[in-house]
Amino acid sequence: MSDIADEPAPMREPVLSLRGISKHFGAVSALTDIDLDVHAGEVVALVGDNGAGKSTLVKILAGAHQPSSGTIAFQGRQVTLPDPSAALRLGIATVFQDLALCENLDVVANIFLGRELSPVRLDEVSMEIRAWTLLNELSARIPSVREPVASLSGGQRQTVAIARSLLLEPQVILLDEPTAALGVAQTAEVLNLIERVRDRGLGVVMISHNMEDVRAVADRIVVLRLGRNNGIFTPDASNQELVSAITGASDNSVSRRAGRRSAVAGRNPEAHP
Amino acid sequence: MTAGDKQAPLLDRRDERVKHESGIGGTIRAFFDRVRAGDLGSLPVVVGLAIIWTVFQTLNPIFLSPNNLVNLLFDCSTVGVIALGIVCILMVGEIDLSVGSVSGFASALVGVLWVNNGWPVVPAILAAIAVGGAIGFLYAVLFNRFGMPSFVSTLAGLLAVLGLQLYILGSTGSINLPYGSPVVNFGQMLVMPDFVSYGLAALAGIVTFAAGYRTARRREAAGLSSRSLGGLLFQAVVITAVLEAVVFYLNQDRGVPWMFGLFVGLVVAMNYALKRTKWGRSMTAVGGNREAARRAGINVRFIYTSAFMLCSMLAAAGGVLAAARLASASQQAGTGDVNLNAIAAAVIGGTSLFGGRGSAYSALLGIIVIQSIASGLTLLDLSSSLRYMITGGVLAIAVIVDSLARRSRVSHGRA
Ligand SMILES: Nc1ncnc2c1ncn2[C@@H]1O[C@H](COP(=O)(O)OP(=O)(O)O)[C@@H](O)[C@H]1O
Ligand SMILES: [Mg+2]
Repeated sequence: MSDIADEPAPMREPVLSLRGISKHFGAVSALTDIDLDVHAGEVVALVGDNGAGKSTLVKILAGAHQPSSGTIAFQGRQVTLPDPSAALRLGIATVFQDLALCENLDVVANIFLGRELSPVRLDEVSMEIRAWTLLNELSARIPSVREPVASLSGGQRQTVAIARSLLLEPQVILLDEPTAALGVAQTAEVLNLIERVRDRGLGVVMISHNMEDVRAVADRIVVLRLGRNNGIFTPDASNQELVSAITGASDNSVSRRAGRRSAVAGRNPEAHP
Repeated sequence: MTAGDKQAPLLDRRDERVKHESGIGGTIRAFFDRVRAGDLGSLPVVVGLAIIWTVFQTLNPIFLSPNNLVNLLFDCSTVGVIALGIVCILMVGEIDLSVGSVSGFASALVGVLWVNNGWPVVPAILAAIAVGGAIGFLYAVLFNRFGMPSFVSTLAGLLAVLGLQLYILGSTGSINLPYGSPVVNFGQMLVMPDFVSYGLAALAGIVTFAAGYRTARRREAAGLSSRSLGGLLFQAVVITAVLEAVVFYLNQDRGVPWMFGLFVGLVVAMNYALKRTKWGRSMTAVGGNREAARRAGINVRFIYTSAFMLCSMLAAAGGVLAAARLASASQQAGTGDVNLNAIAAAVIGGTSLFGGRGSAYSALLGIIVIQSIASGLTLLDLSSSLRYMITGGVLAIAVIVDSLARRSRVSHGRA
């Protein structure tokens, strides 16, 4: 575990490598010429404003969307991801922003969907135990795993979706705004978890709008703007740099606001992401 | 319910916000809570059946006689098998409007191959079911490849397959199946010997208990809450007692038809497939949220294909049974109200038109309701015009119940 984590990540071959990925939805170019590398044992934060194309990129990696052009390499081999099962087979697990749970099924069924134990005679007991174990690892507060997912709160559903992605023992895990619906304790729990899976040698791609969370766990911060790469930063980059990369201007409402505050309070603007 | 109070709380009982109902009172309260939240299960159909039986029994005391009930079971089995196929296709949120035509075509095919062309009867029946599967496969291709809505493709199929049926029957329009042949005997008179029917009724209770006991022991060993031995025994005894009573009553007349046994066997098998296999889980998932199922790596097209094919094959099988029941394959087979009855049975029994929610047992319950109405009205000497109107009305009520329950589930967060 430690010898993987100690090595500086960019020295090794990336586990996932995108080159020149573009995606058009009719006239809309959601992504143009995107490059992205994810190494084993590395957390890459993907940031950008709403509509920057983050979710689209994640869906392409999950096999849910097909890129219009560009190449994807997984562990050095060029691959195509024609459908989600192809991505899952390679070991790319995804927590989608729109969660993608079946509301009519219970928590256990959702966690194991597509990967049920003993297909012709479902092993409900083992599946329930494994589900509770995963949920407890996440410190989840789920009243019953035998209720339909429709009866859970947004945060609880988020936890179910994350538990689902961990079940696979993936190589790479993609998290699209995993903490957006979570409470304080659970957000911390998810960030801890991200560090744990990173230390196990997995590659993690996390999308978040919360710069504090991003800085806390990311090894690299990749900025998308209007569907294009707009810089790669380290977590110690200043807030101003990040914000201007995200919004595309150094003089903008966010930095002006931050500037005013620091002038008034004499505080470091980075404390106010 | 369990003896977990002294030790650490059970794995699934750690959230102190959840009240876990225990005892009989608690079970009843939990049941009413579920119903209020729109989780109706088979409650409406049981209530409806009680009303229907009371009304018809008061109007005509023959209605609940063993003789009439045995006839009822014979009649249930044919359309019931078709309704079982409808349950399949409704599970994935699609519909097949052509099951009547497919059943009629299958009965015609058996007539032509067996009686006119001298095939042995078993290959003729298998061929008819295989042709049903091919029709379902065609619907699946239209749906998967061209995105053709199933109600359109199967509506087209309704007419096209009816055309095929008329075509292969030719100018005579009707083929009589030989009386005394095993197939016709099966459809008209073969009943289980008493010891078989009593034995099967007992077996149902024993299997329920054995399966429940095994699960309870495994759950207990794993530190999960489990059902008590007493509760399991009570359930098994009630099931056995009710079934034995029904069998006893039917045995006062001819007894339980083998054809009905076949139907119930198919229902039990389908229930197992839908509830206890990966395939069934995938069917439910696709009906609940197709995109989520796809992203979970489920082969959605295969699931749709299996649903369309099973539906058509069961429709064909139902058609063969209907031919056996009537000892003929005619131009009328599968026309009229067969289509609607099959769909109505599934929906009345509690399978949702909106997909992802239902059970194989709804075909059984629903067809008993439908056939009770038909039989009651026949006993009252009322024409089919009235029967159509009443069946249509009952279907409308069932759909209203389904829609209201769905709305209630959405507002109670249980969609
Ligand atoms: N299925 C779709 N059809 C058409 N346009 C889409 C679709 N999905 C995303 N888009 C467009 O692509 C752009 C990027 O969206 P998205 O990836 O969801 O952004 P975000 O970075 O906020 O996650 C948006 O302009 C959005 O409207
Ligand atoms: Mg997004």
